[in-house]
Amino acid sequence: MKMFEYMGKEVFAKFGLPVPKGRMVANSDEAFQIATEIGGPVVIKSQVLSGKRGKAGGIKFADHPEEARVAAQELFGMTIQGLAVDILLVEEKLHIDQELYLSITIDSASKMPVLIASAHGGMDIEEVADEYIVKKQIDVELGMHGFIACDVVRRMGIPLNTPQGKELVKIIKTLYKIFTQKDVDLVEINPLVISGDKVIAADAKVTIDDEALYRQVDLPRVEERTASEKAAHDLGLSFVELDGDIGVMANGAGITMGTLDTLAYYGGKPANFLDAGGGTGEEGTAKALELILSRNPKSIIINIFGGITRCDDVARAFVSVKKNKGIPVPVVIRLVGTNQEAGRAILKEAGIEAYDGMQDAAKKAVELAQK
Amino acid sequence: MAILIDENTNVLVQGLTGKQGLFHTQQMLAYGSKIVAGTSPGKGGAVVEGIPVYDSVRAACENHQIHASVIFIPAAFVKDAALEALEAGIKVVVVVTEHIPVHDEMAIVAYARRVNATVIGPNTFGIVSSGKCKMGIPPNQFFIPGSVGVVARSGTLTYEIVGNLTAQGIGQTTVVGIGGDRVVGLSFVDVLKMFEQDPETKAVVLIGEIGGKSEEEASLYIKEMTKPVIAYIAGKSAPPGKRMGHAGAIIERGMGTYEGKVKALTEAGARVVELPFEVPEVIKEICR
Repeated sequence: MKMFEYMGKEVFAKFGLPVPKGRMVANSDEAFQIATEIGGPVVIKSQVLSGKRGKAGGIKFADHPEEARVAAQELFGMTIQGLAVDILLVEEKLHIDQELYLSITIDSASKMPVLIASAHGGMDIEEVADEYIVKKQIDVELGMHGFIACDVVRRMGIPLNTPQGKELVKIIKTLYKIFTQKDVDLVEINPLVISGDKVIAADAKVTIDDEALYRQVDLPRVEERTASEKAAHDLGLSFVELDGDIGVMANGAGITMGTLDTLAYYGGKPANFLDAGGGTGEEGTAKALELILSRNPKSIIINIFGGITRCDDVARAFVSVKKNKGIPVPVVIRLVGTNQEAGRAILKEAGIEAYDGMQDAAKKAVELAQK
Repeated sequence: MAILIDENTNVLVQGLTGKQGLFHTQQMLAYGSKIVAGTSPGKGGAVVEGIPVYDSVRAACENHQIHASVIFIPAAFVKDAALEALEAGIKVVVVVTEHIPVHDEMAIVAYARRVNATVIGPNTFGIVSSGKCKMGIPPNQFFIPGSVGVVARSGTLTYEIVGNLTAQGIGQTTVVGIGGDRVVGLSFVDVLKMFEQDPETKAVVLIGEIGGKSEEEASLYIKEMTKPVIAYIAGKSAPPGKRMGHAGAIIERGMGTYEGKVKALTEAGARVVELPFEVPEVIKEICR
């Protein structure tokens, strides 16, 4: 779950990591009020879950409150990469001496957290030359310690005997604490600003591990999925909207991707990715078909290789949905695996012939969509 | 021969009395796996499907020699269960459960490294040494003994491909699911090394998918292998930025693309097929 910048900064503040003075606002009057409270030049930042918002014009500066109100009005009318701007963050404008980069994320190759730091922040970290980037894998059993943070700061080229160097050591230790305690997937501060003697997080990009949300009860929730994608998720289905015209339902992420690839191979365009997972009963199948139909496909392919999933369950559910709700487009079903004979018998009774192989079924679905 | 598990592996089932644990214990027994004990805290002393159940892994180990454990326990409790098995000295631990927090996965893998044990998964269908031992959830009828090793990230796609192999009379030594999550115990390279050293394995099928870097890392090792590798990568048609079910299956910042993986594998000498059902033909061609 990606968090808005202002939410990430609220988490930072709770852990004592320095952030600029400011607050989120939902209208331009509030922007005026917060700018008045701050009492100096402010920055007004669109809160959208997308990078590159600065380049898209989503960040504005104002020297006095009235200017902040006008800037806020302009920003509220904007969309950035298709996302409407509904919330702004109004903050004190920082005096910037130097911009740093700091992040912690999960490194799949080493299976450990990796801390990435650079004295050359502010821009895309991938554009910074390797010799200016410090990478440090953290042993989760050892944890974060002063000596690790000190060594990172040394390697960044920031003198440890300065107030900024000492502050940075503290920030690294705090950031790791946030990373572990909040089940963080990615926490990134870019830029981390040196402002006089202080070091302040001017931005906050925080992503929480979806699988751990159940135990992060005090964090706010952000919904990034579309309404259909969320409805699917709540039923244990994994659904992604695509822009073709063939509806897809399969069981398992890999075979669903394989189905999309096979359709594409025969010149078809999938309308969605829908992984029905292990056991989908009648309710799940009905919902899955409803979601698929919401994309207005010209044909549908159901590709089931039953392991945990039982073919007769799928067949029964499909026949019942077809009878009770009707399916206005042609459906191709491929059904093999656990209880396949029983499943096929049920389909046959309803006048539906099941396919043996994925390729034949995919070919047929493409053909039907192109009619 | 097979890798990791075989007909002499004494298996423990953690969470044997749960709905999934019980169903798959029956299936594993039907396949011929040597299940010697189960655990379920609070149900110690019970006997289920003829298998003695203990309160803890330690208790099971006091009464049986156990080589490997398979875990059927809800996500929130898997960290505890996996650490319990590892701490008791079990050297192969299979974690079938999905939706485990990634910080828990890192803790499990770190401890396994320290005690020099192998974790398969999490979020895996498990492992089958065909005709000898099955630990996990794949449907029994599709796995027959033979000389092809299979390593995969995804479950049903593996059934699809192994099902095609079996239908053509091509059997397998061992089929390993490394798991669909970003942090898993075994990498492709770990398993490829085992297949390279296994005298019975004549060819290896690698079933990968978009996202992450593990297929690219595998390529570096495939260069050194003497055995042929056939690869299929799922997700050719997946758009960037959309997560295709698995936590790892997402193209982000141009990383983990289909094209990049195919290029790396092909340059390493692997034969990459475009569609899953092409695998048996290529194997027949190579192993002729």
